[in-house]
Amino acid sequence: MTVPAETDSWEMVVGLEVHCELATTTKLFCGCRNAFGDEPNVNVCPVCLGLPGSLPVLNEHAVELAMRIGEALHCEIRPSTFARKNYFYPDQAKDYQISQYDQPLNAAGWLELPDGFRVGITRAHMEEDTGKLTHVGESGRIHSAMHALVDYNRSGVPLVEIVSEPDIRSAANARAYAAELRGILVATGASDGRMEEGSMRVDANVSVRQAGSTEFGTRCEIKNLNSLRSLGRAIEYEAARQIALLEGGGVVEQETRHWDESAGRTESLRSKEEANDYRYFPEPDLVPLAPDAAWRGRVRAGLGPMPAERRAALGAALGGSPTDAEADQIRAVVDLGLDGLVTAAVDEGAPAGLALARAANEVAAQAEGAAGLPAGSFAALLSMEAGGQLSATQSKAVLGALLERGGGDPAALAKEMGFEALGSDTLGTVLDEIIAANLDEWGRFCEGEDKLQGFFTGEVMKATKGKANGKEVAAELRRRRG
Amino acid sequence: MSSAVSVSDDVRSGRRPARAVAEQALAAVGAGDGELRAFLTVLADEALRQADEVDATVAAGRDPGPLAGVPVALKDNLCTRGVATSCGSRILEGWRPPYDATVVTALRGAGAVTLGKTNMDEFAMGSSTENSAFGPTRNPRDRGKVPGGSSGGSAAAVAAGFTPLALGSDTGGSIRQPAALCGVVGMKPTYGRISRYGLVAFASSLDQIGPFATTVEDAALLFDVLAGHDPLDSTSLPSEPEPTRPGVHEGAEGVRVGLCRDLVDDCAPDVVARVHDAAEALAKAGAKVQEISVPEFRYGLSAYYLIAPAEASSNLARYDGVRYGLRVEAGDSAAMNTATRTAGFGSEVKRRIMLGTYALSAGYYDAYYAQAQRVRTLVMQAFDRAYASVDVLLGATAPTTAFDLGSKVDDPMAMYMNDVCTIPSNLAGHPAISVPFGTGDDGLPVGVQVLAPALGEATMFRVAQAVEAHAPVGPTEEAGW
Repeated sequence: MTVPAETDSWEMVVGLEVHCELATTTKLFCGCRNAFGDEPNVNVCPVCLGLPGSLPVLNEHAVELAMRIGEALHCEIRPSTFARKNYFYPDQAKDYQISQYDQPLNAAGWLELPDGFRVGITRAHMEEDTGKLTHVGESGRIHSAMHALVDYNRSGVPLVEIVSEPDIRSAANARAYAAELRGILVATGASDGRMEEGSMRVDANVSVRQAGSTEFGTRCEIKNLNSLRSLGRAIEYEAARQIALLEGGGVVEQETRHWDESAGRTESLRSKEEANDYRYFPEPDLVPLAPDAAWRGRVRAGLGPMPAERRAALGAALGGSPTDAEADQIRAVVDLGLDGLVTAAVDEGAPAGLALARAANEVAAQAEGAAGLPAGSFAALLSMEAGGQLSATQSKAVLGALLERGGGDPAALAKEMGFEALGSDTLGTVLDEIIAANLDEWGRFCEGEDKLQGFFTGEVMKATKGKANGKEVAAELRRRRG
Repeated sequence: MSSAVSVSDDVRSGRRPARAVAEQALAAVGAGDGELRAFLTVLADEALRQADEVDATVAAGRDPGPLAGVPVALKDNLCTRGVATSCGSRILEGWRPPYDATVVTALRGAGAVTLGKTNMDEFAMGSSTENSAFGPTRNPRDRGKVPGGSSGGSAAAVAAGFTPLALGSDTGGSIRQPAALCGVVGMKPTYGRISRYGLVAFASSLDQIGPFATTVEDAALLFDVLAGHDPLDSTSLPSEPEPTRPGVHEGAEGVRVGLCRDLVDDCAPDVVARVHDAAEALAKAGAKVQEISVPEFRYGLSAYYLIAPAEASSNLARYDGVRYGLRVEAGDSAAMNTATRTAGFGSEVKRRIMLGTYALSAGYYDAYYAQAQRVRTLVMQAFDRAYASVDVLLGATAPTTAFDLGSKVDDPMAMYMNDVCTIPSNLAGHPAISVPFGTGDDGLPVGVQVLAPALGEATMFRVAQAVEAHAPVGPTEEAGW
């Protein structure tokens, strides 16, 4: 495909549908465990297997998490009902899905991207997940499968489907939206947001139109977007495909398309004519869900700050307006939930820039250990590094050990690792030798050439293999200059 | 014939062992059911084991519960752990649920002895039990007649004296109509009063489990055991039920009874005559009887035959050959679904699935399903208006006495008309009961129906008992308990 996704005359119009698995202990309508990666068909019961005679009972915690998502996306939380979406598929235990249709729990909200652009949220409704099909055959592809296996562990896992308005105009914005939404889902505690485990799944509705047009073009729905990268690539590809089609005098058919990541293209999955008539009707086995004002109030009050607010707070704690690189670090730190660690370390006296950089890189790389890292240890280590007791390399090594051990005294750890700071007697001796070997530079320094302080500091560090304390070296140099 | 009340009293007091009661019931079934075919499964060993447990409890000086040693037959759409539950369908033939319905658990807890599973129209769709994939049940009062349906097996089992109690399910009259045709008491409770957990769904917003008995008091006894909140059924009512049996004999004096023309006038003359006789009897017993008209009831049948099939089309989707029951292998899973459902469902079930699928389809939903829901609301409002001036309504249960086997199987509309008097209570979620009251010109039983507003079971039972007390003929079949 050679046509660029956005030429001057074309504009892409994108809306995203995000399915988010809720991080509940149990499923949406029964007491079975909601867990990823267990042996097939161990977390099942008559309800989530859809056995004759079984009935659904709504999980209150799932409703609570769905309300948190609604609140975080500035939605109206409304009296809602459940509906049945009817279609036959072997992974669907009842051959209908309990979902919400014309009366969703959350509606009419918005999500603000980091650049300030607001994407409208049409709705965020509750529904149950299906089981999982595995096609068994030579290639693993559906068309050549000999048979299929069904795992119903996922059947009945609670989902919230978040539907955006068609407000997105670029692949970059689509990625930013998905990334920001993911951060919000994690921050609310509603989901772990793991795209690779399918706990956050994104479908994109893509159409194109002449720039300046107010009419929407015919849209295609793109499925199988398993990463932010896939999302961006698929949207670029699909918009370009549609533009090429239209410029060639063709028409876009409304259809569902599958993103093939390795081939880098979308392929037709089913046309509008093949689409199911879902025959939605009110679910007679459940009663209406209308959270009262008190419950909504409790949910609102219990909600912590969202990523945007936390990024702003972290930026403020670091002082001034961050550079682009720092903004990236701030985003990474907030996404990983490490902003609390950074601000606490800064509060305890750690240098802000250093704390941010270490959190965004070294701590992020060992994110599992980050939860056990006390801010005090982190701050003490960074102060040692800033004070010159440890070199950057030594400091990173100690940090790695702290993360591995889940905390500890950085000074003791540094000693244990052989990173001992230099005594002041030793510093004096080393400095004597360096001045003797560089008398010309020393003379110029004494006459006021201040930039040579860096030269002497460097020489001391070289001679002590980084063990000298930078601050002490500076003080000693100034003292000798008189 | 011994009533459930007297069996329970005898067993609890040690006058009669539960085992003897169970043996007698099993013997009666063994002797008579070859011809009637009320049962699909007889649980002989299990019944005797349960009876022995009851006797051991009595011997230990503890109370086995209000249904101590009382045999109960279960309609085959009630899930019984490890026991075949077919719903009268090939598609579920041999399926053994891994769990018990809430009512089954409640029965066991009350000391009842579950005698077996009874025949029914496939998935409770029918009014004659002729839609069972396993052959029809015959009416114990006349072997050439249908027992009514869809709970025909349970009605016949009680009428034949096999058991003093049975459970059925009533979606549009499936307890009351066969009760009327077999000459026994059959009652549908308020929607949500008895848990539906473990009742294989036909039309979820209409289905209710209810008792069959030989007397109103026995029906109240069984109802009291089953009524109550169940956390496993979201539509189950949260309020604690008041026991109804203690007030059953308080009489109808002062009760305002509305003789409802729209539940009588279109019935056969002999049925109309019996309902008027019952009204007269109630008036003599001190009830304030007045004629009343609720014309909206006449639209109930049409609304019902859209709502019930619509829900059924969704409820029955799960019988796809993937997880349990019948599977007919075919090229791919969609073809396997089609082959399985084609072979597994009978023609009436297919008719209703198609009707319901159509009623819910894009472009037809508003004209059919949504319109039917509006009519349902009108029927409910009409009930409310009626109950502003009366306490209960009185009408016929079924338009005729039991009809000949085979006479209506090829005429679905004629079959559907059997439910015209019972459907309004299902649409409104109200309780209603059918009580035998004399016979028609053919000597077969006529049922009179007492309808009450939501949670009006206590008053309904009192009036029903007053009707029963003045009924001209008692049950004709004797089991010789």
